[in-house]
Amino acid sequence: MIVTAAPARSPRHALSDEDLRSLLLIRHFERALLRLFEQGVLSGTTHTCLGQEYIPVAVSALLRDDDFVFSNHRGHGHFLARHPDPHGLLAEIMGREGALCGGVGGSQHIYHRRFLSTGVQGESLPVATGVALKLAGTGALACAYIGDGTWGEGAVYEALNMASLWKVPLLVVVEHNGIAQSTPTSAQMAGTIAARAAAFGVRHHHVSSTDAAEIRQVLAPLVEAVRAEPAPLVVEFATHRLGPHSKGDDTRPPEEIRRAAESDWYDRCAKADPERFARIDREQRELVERVVAEVSARPHARPGGAA
Amino acid sequence: MTRVSEHLNQALHDLMESDPSVHLLGEDVGDPYGGAFKVTKGLSSRFGSRVRSTPLSEGAIAGVGAGLALAGDKAVVEIMFADFVALAFDQITNFAAKSTSMYGRPVPVPLVVRCPTGGNRGYGPTHSQNPQKHFIGVPGLSLFEMTPFHDAGRLFSLMFGLGRPCLFFEDKVLYTRQMYPADDLFGFELVDDVARVYLDGAGRPDCTLVTHGGLVHRTLDAMRTLLLEDDLVCELLVPAQLYPVPHLPGLEDARHVCVVDDGTAGGTWAAEVATTLYPRLWGRLRRPITLVNSADGVIPAAPHLEREVLVQADGIRAAVKESLS
Repeated sequence: MIVTAAPARSPRHALSDEDLRSLLLIRHFERALLRLFEQGVLSGTTHTCLGQEYIPVAVSALLRDDDFVFSNHRGHGHFLARHPDPHGLLAEIMGREGALCGGVGGSQHIYHRRFLSTGVQGESLPVATGVALKLAGTGALACAYIGDGTWGEGAVYEALNMASLWKVPLLVVVEHNGIAQSTPTSAQMAGTIAARAAAFGVRHHHVSSTDAAEIRQVLAPLVEAVRAEPAPLVVEFATHRLGPHSKGDDTRPPEEIRRAAESDWYDRCAKADPERFARIDREQRELVERVVAEVSARPHARPGGAA
Repeated sequence: MTRVSEHLNQALHDLMESDPSVHLLGEDVGDPYGGAFKVTKGLSSRFGSRVRSTPLSEGAIAGVGAGLALAGDKAVVEIMFADFVALAFDQITNFAAKSTSMYGRPVPVPLVVRCPTGGNRGYGPTHSQNPQKHFIGVPGLSLFEMTPFHDAGRLFSLMFGLGRPCLFFEDKVLYTRQMYPADDLFGFELVDDVARVYLDGAGRPDCTLVTHGGLVHRTLDAMRTLLLEDDLVCELLVPAQLYPVPHLPGLEDARHVCVVDDGTAGGTWAAEVATTLYPRLWGRLRRPITLVNSADGVIPAAPHLEREVLVQADGIRAAVKESLS
């Protein structure tokens, strides 16, 4: 193989079919959830990751089977990018047979193989640090997704301090969407995430691209270093939440919502490769429609029989 | 003769030697300091990185312990003063305890959080409490307490055998007392892991007392005075497992039951014990179960003030006498 200087590939074309499938599965899954809520067939609450799908799609391809993933309240994308099992996830959210956690956990509390989500902000980071302590030296890592709002929690700093002191393979993925429920970052965070990471001697990398393939290329050596050294790393994504915090609770002004929509990867990807995009988009939309129909028809879940 | 702190230290040495998956974390637990109460002495020298002196981060220490447990190991976490376990409340109640059942199937979380409790040492309001009551009724969480009658090694194996997180309370004054106290009046035996302390050959006692490890000596002092001065025969039950409240043997014959609890009044362990006993003893009890607690107040630093708030032998004696009069 002849290695030459890599041509400036258009990052849009670097997305594989698999990437597109994953992105669009998450997009249609989240849209379906909002529809199901409108129809009154879902209980409780849900937090969709519309607009942020590319983050777990980029990250998951850098993860190994023996890595541990910790997710949060906005975790459907994290799960589907790691385990493309929309049946199990929707069954969990709807409390139907085949639910990942018997219907006990619901949207925010999933434990499947080495994927675990929980609903209290910041709570996962100390736990992830403990898991990473165990994994150190094996080449595996613990990856924890958190938001910008999570940085208000003291647990984040206690964990970063220990992770840095004890040199554990902890990858913290920050989905900085500029808003914590209804509070803009400017009203809830002094200083920056980069400076906070620096205070603990933890490496920090800022990502502004929304192209999963391009992001992955940049992150690959950094994530490798987390495993090899080992050492913690904070990767901060500047991203946008297209939808509401949960459902129908978006208080942002229309121009801000429009700005968020303009950054959406969906239209950009559709324009870049219309034919392939349309094909996979339809395929995933229909897949989610089938999943919704199948799972909705199932009987109620009972705990104990979970996968 | 072994002091309770030395006995606990030996139990931790044995545990870590026999089970290489056990980690121990806490503030200042490493040598040469060996923990604020010296219970972890020698462990870091022997077991290296499995023993970690941590930053002052009770919440995260508990979380790291839960993470190690989730990843297949076991963890003993020391909270330097039980008062500080409030800082770990979220990790213990919302994560470690709930994780055992909130994922729809049993998830083992072998984690023991050791909490040195209690006053009578003049440490003041934030270093003297018995916070057991704040953790009663948390799904997935068990509470244990060290007593001078229970082998700590067996208790560790019981707690880890449950596969769910446990808080293990250890009274700070008890640390300085001897294990298996020999007494000229009272003998003791273990019945289903509950210690029964009784007057040999006395027959049916006038009152059966129930208490937790930290109050054993004060309760025994009261029993002695009640016998010698007041001619009242008492028996004592001391469970090491506080919650869920275990079966307390022999109470069907009790003339009267009195639960003695060092926690401050209001929402107490004593009330929880009584709640479990009422349905069982209803129709046999002649009068309500007597509950003795510390006063509803902060625990003062000055010894003469502290003494007034905490349960003392004379208070136990007075409560028993009053209820039997």
